[in-house]
Amino acid sequence: MSLLLPDTGLLFWMLLSFGIVFFILAKFGFPVITKMVDERNDYIEKSLQHAKEADEKLAAVKTESEAILAEARNAQQRMLEEVADLRKKLIEEAKQKAGIEADKVMETMRASIRREKEDAVHEIRSQVVSLSVEIAEKIIRKNLEPDAEQKELIDRLLNEVNTTGKN
Amino acid sequence: MKSFFKIGISVFTFLLAATNVQCVFAENRPAEKEGELNIREFIMEHLSDSYEWHVTNFGEHVVSVPLPVIVKGKDSGWQIFLSSAFYHGETSYRGFYIAKDGEYKGKIVEKDAGGKEVRPFDISITKTVFALILSSVLLICIILFVARWYKNSNQENAYKTPKGFVAFMELFIMNINDDVIKPCIGKDYKKYAPYLLTVFFFVFLNNIMGLIPVFPFGANVTGNIAVTSVLALCTFLAVNLFGSKEYWREIFWPDVPVWLKAPVPIMPVLEFVGIFTKPFALMIRLFANILAGHSITLGLTCLIFVTVKLGAVANTSMTITSVILSVFILLVEVLVIYIQAYVFTLLSAVFIGLSRVESPGR
Repeated sequence: MSLLLPDTGLLFWMLLSFGIVFFILAKFGFPVITKMVDERNDYIEKSLQHAKEADEKLAAVKTESEAILAEARNAQQRMLEEVADLRKKLIEEAKQKAGIEADKVMETMRASIRREKEDAVHEIRSQVVSLSVEIAEKIIRKNLEPDAEQKELIDRLLNEVNTTGKN
Repeated sequence: MKSFFKIGISVFTFLLAATNVQCVFAENRPAEKEGELNIREFIMEHLSDSYEWHVTNFGEHVVSVPLPVIVKGKDSGWQIFLSSAFYHGETSYRGFYIAKDGEYKGKIVEKDAGGKEVRPFDISITKTVFALILSSVLLICIILFVARWYKNSNQENAYKTPKGFVAFMELFIMNINDDVIKPCIGKDYKKYAPYLLTVFFFVFLNNIMGLIPVFPFGANVTGNIAVTSVLALCTFLAVNLFGSKEYWREIFWPDVPVWLKAPVPIMPVLEFVGIFTKPFALMIRLFANILAGHSITLGLTCLIFVTVKLGAVANTSMTITSVILSVFILLVEVLVIYIQAYVFTLLSAVFIGLSRVESPGR
């Protein structure tokens, strides 16, 4: 039966040593280890999560940059087209303006030519009048008195000649 | 109903164990002969405690390590001296001597005024106590070494992973922590984890040291009922001191038909007895398993010496058989010591988990 009866001395020492072991290990041993391991596991999990998020972010940034690049290319294309259009339009406008200007110049030139022609005709007419009067005077100096009546007659005759000449 | 079966089985096992041991002792007495090895005595001597650590014999010369004896006699008061004063139990010292037989066989006794043998108050550092203290110191050193590694290497959140021994210990500790304690107790397992881990490694280390046969090891610590009873007592306290209201309600007013609990409290009584049988089963299981392991190993070794008188051929063949069987049993024992430490921790965790039940939403 001695094996089945706990010995007092051994009970005492067992209580003491197990108590001390439990106290020390429960305070400075196992909680430190389990806490550190748990923290490390959390850290690893968090790191993995972060890596995943970073990957996702990177992918997002990549697609975004690609989109930006494509847009930039589009914008460039559009701008080039616009510039080409603008150039065409400008040239067109310039051409039009030049045409109008030229027309105007031609018009004024024509007008001035006409005026000058009329002036010349006028002058020629008055010279013709005076010449014809002089000629007539010279031809008919003897019998014809140079008076106003005759001058008027000659003018009228010249007008008639002019109108008939014009017609 | 479960606990009812448990009580039955526990009581039955206990009675069986007790009667077996008594039978062994009853048969033992008349078989002693001069000059013949008494196997039973030999094994029992190894399994039970002693005041000195017998290492080996060199022919007639006994090599043993004396251990301090601390006793408080009825009249002489506290006495501290080395067990070598008894010279292998042959002489007495300051009125104390080791009883040869009788009720206190193998223990230190003194004579009281009437000439009767009485036990003084004895807290000697016996073989078992010495092994116990040694393993406790070793356990504290190992675990604090591992804890220190974590403290030093994880400063500023560096979170290094350990290598070698620390990695092995981490695997071991976290395996028990995550696979035994966490699922068995549930949400507030952190409160109990230090206790259960201490129990596991305490039992495991003592078991391991009991298996190594050379001097500072090989003592039968966890196969001693005083040791397992303290461990079981601690689990008993851990279970019942922090039991939830629901746990106590299930004991005193369980969910069974009213006639089972109202006029005559059959179930409450059974449940109440169950409180004590659970740690009792823990105590006996560990004690009996380790004791049996030591007995088998010793018995197989004794085969060699028993068969000496049968002649050289029989002795040689039995020696070979004995060695093969011993190796086999030792390998089995390695498994058993782990399983017993594991089971003790697992069942403690399960009992604690049961004491933490919440009322199921009533």
